[in-house]
Amino acid sequence: MENFSAPIVHIKNLTKSYRRGGQIVSVLTDITFDIPSGEFIALMGPSGSGKSTLLNLIAGIDKPDSGTLKVGGIDIAILSEGDLADWRAANVGFIFQFYNLMPVLTAFENVELPLLLTQLSYKERRERVELALIMVGLSDRMEHYPSELSGGQQQRVAIARAFITDPVILVADEPTGDLDRTSAGEILAILDRLNSEMEKTIIMVTHDPHAAKTAHLIRYLEKGQLDVAD
Amino acid sequence: MHFLKLILRNTLRHKLRTGLTVLGIIVAIVAFGLLRTVVDAWYSGAEGSSETRLVTRNAISLVFHLPIKYQERIRKIQGVMEITHASWFGGVYISEKNFFPQFAIDAKTYFDVYSEYIIPPGDLTAFIIDRKGCVVGRKLADVYGFKIGDTVPLRGTIYPGTWKFTVRAIYDGAEAKTDTSQFFFHWDYLNETRKRVTARTERTTDWVGVYAINISEPSRAAEISSEVDAMFGNSLAETRTETEKTFQLGFVSMTEAIVVAIRIVSYVVLLIILAVMANTMAMTARERTSEYATLKALGFNHRFIAGLIYGESMIIALVGALIGILLTFPVANMFSEKVGTLFPVFGVSAETIYMQAIAALAVGIAAAVLPAFRSAQISIADGLRGIR
Ligand SMILES: Nc1ncnc2c1ncn2[C@@H]1O[C@H](COP(=O)(O)OP(=O)(O)OP(=O)(O)O)[C@@H](O)[C@H]1O
Ligand SMILES: [Mg+2]
Repeated sequence: MENFSAPIVHIKNLTKSYRRGGQIVSVLTDITFDIPSGEFIALMGPSGSGKSTLLNLIAGIDKPDSGTLKVGGIDIAILSEGDLADWRAANVGFIFQFYNLMPVLTAFENVELPLLLTQLSYKERRERVELALIMVGLSDRMEHYPSELSGGQQQRVAIARAFITDPVILVADEPTGDLDRTSAGEILAILDRLNSEMEKTIIMVTHDPHAAKTAHLIRYLEKGQLDVAD
Repeated sequence: MHFLKLILRNTLRHKLRTGLTVLGIIVAIVAFGLLRTVVDAWYSGAEGSSETRLVTRNAISLVFHLPIKYQERIRKIQGVMEITHASWFGGVYISEKNFFPQFAIDAKTYFDVYSEYIIPPGDLTAFIIDRKGCVVGRKLADVYGFKIGDTVPLRGTIYPGTWKFTVRAIYDGAEAKTDTSQFFFHWDYLNETRKRVTARTERTTDWVGVYAINISEPSRAAEISSEVDAMFGNSLAETRTETEKTFQLGFVSMTEAIVVAIRIVSYVVLLIILAVMANTMAMTARERTSEYATLKALGFNHRFIAGLIYGESMIIALVGALIGILLTFPVANMFSEKVGTLFPVFGVSAETIYMQAIAALAVGIAAAVLPAFRSAQISIADGLRGIR
C-alpha cells in the first residue's frame, strides 16, 4: 500500500550520456527530483534538452549511467532486462506521440495486448477491454483497425491500452503532438480524468503550453538540468 | 492463439512481397525436387538391380564380346541356376531422338533370369516361336503406341540395314523401379542374318555382349564370379564377372561428373532462395522496428519478438514448400514425358519429398536468424526513436 504523500518517483543525481561516433554526449547531467504519487506533471523544455531521455529512464526502457532511480520504491536501474520487462508490464502505461498501435490488430486487440501478459481469462480480458474502450468513448470502434481511425481516436485507443493493466504510472511523450486542438483537448480531458478519478500518476512531456496547463505541476528541462517554474 | 494471429496477419501485410517470396520458394523447391529426381533416375538402373544376378563381360571392355560357347560352360558351375545373354543392338527407330535400349537376347532363357519382366505365358510363347518377334516394355509401348502385332523397323548402326520386328509381347515391371523401356528380340535372328551377309568374318558371329547369371545365394556372388573368370583366364576372351549392381554403377560412374554438377546446382538453387528469403525478412524486420520496440516496452520479451520473425519466415517457407512439393509431381511427369525413355525409371521418391521439406524448413529458419537476432537485441529507446 502506497502512502499518498510518498514519492512514487525518486530521482537523485541522475546522469545519462550517449555515445555518438566515438564522442560522448552528455544529455542529463545531474537530475534530482521526486514525483509524489497521484501527481500529474508536465515536462517541458527545448528540443534536445533530454525530456524523452528522462521519461524513458523513469519508464524503465533505458538505463541511467549513474545516480538513484526508484519507481514505486523499486530501484529499477539494477533490474535485469527480463525483470525490467515484467516490471514495465505491471507498473507502466505508455502513451506515444505517434500512438504506436499494432496496425494488424483491431482497436479491441490492441487494448487487449498488454493483458496477454497477465493470467486473466478471455472473459475477464474482454470485460476490461470493453470497459476501457467505453471510457475513452470508442465503444463503437472496437473492431476497427488503426488505419480506419482518426489520429485522435488512435490516441484514445493507445490511452486505453496504457491504463488497461492498471499501472502505477502513465508516461506520455508528447501525446498531443500530432493532433489538432479539438482532438488534443479530448486526449487531455481523458488524462485529467485518469489522474483525478483513477488516481494515476501521469508524467507527460509536451511542447504545448496549453497541454501543460492540464497538468498540476510543470517542470522545465534545460541543458540537462531541471528548473522549477512558477 | 494471439501469437499465431499476429504472425499470420503480419505475413499477409505486404501481399505482393509475401506472394513473390512464396513464388520464389515454390520455384526453388520444384527445381530442387526435379534435379534430385534426375539424379535418382540416373542411379535407378543400379537401384533396380538384383542381388542374385551376376553379369559377365569381356575383361578388356564392353565393346568386345564373348563367344556363345561360354554359355554352356558357365551353366555347369555349381550355384549357377540359369544363364542367359544379351547384346546391345543400338538401332534407331525412325529418328535419332527416339532413344531406347535394344538387346538381342537368348529368347528361351532371358525372361527366366529377368523374372521381374512379367509377360503373359501365351505371349511369351508367341515371341519364342517367332524368330522375328520382339518384346517391348510397357513404358516403351505407351510412348510409341506399340501394340501386339505391330511391325517395328529399326535402322542398325552397329549392324547395317533395316531390321523389321513384330511385337509379340509387352512386358510389365514387377515393381515401380523396374525398367520397362527396353526392346528385346532374338539373338538367333541377328546372328544368323549376320552369318548370311558377312562372309566368314568370324569375330562378328557367334559372339554375345554379356552373360547374365542367376545364382542361388547372393552370399556366393564373389566366389562364383571368380570361378567364372578363372575358367576363361588366359583364353582368347577373358571375362570379368561382377554383381549386376556393380556393373550398373560402372555405367553411372562414367557420367559421375554430370551427376555431381546437377547435385551442386540443386544446392545452389537453395542458397539463392535463402538469400532472397533472408532479404525479405531483413526488410520486413527493419520496417517493423518501432512496432517491436513498442511490444518490448509493453513488456513482451525478446523471445516473443524473435518468435514473430521466425514464425513469419517459417510460414512463408512452409507454404512455399507445400505448394512446391505438390507441384513437383506434375512437373516431374511433364519432364518425364518430354525426355521419353531416356530415363527408364523417373519418379519422385519419398526421400526427395523429405529433403524438400527439410530444405524449406532450413531456409525458413536460416533466413530469420539475423533479423530476429537484431530485432530482439535493439534497445527499446533506439527502436522507438526510429519511428516515422
Ligand atoms: N540513442 C541515442 N543515441 C545518441 N544520442 C541520443 C540518443 N537518444 C537521445 N540522444 C540525444 O540526446 C539528446 C536529448 O534527446 P531527447 O530525445 O531526450 O530530447 P527531447 O528533449 O525529447 O527533444 P524533443 O523535444 O525534440 O523530443 C539529443 O541531443 C539527442 O540527439
Ligand atoms: Mg522527445
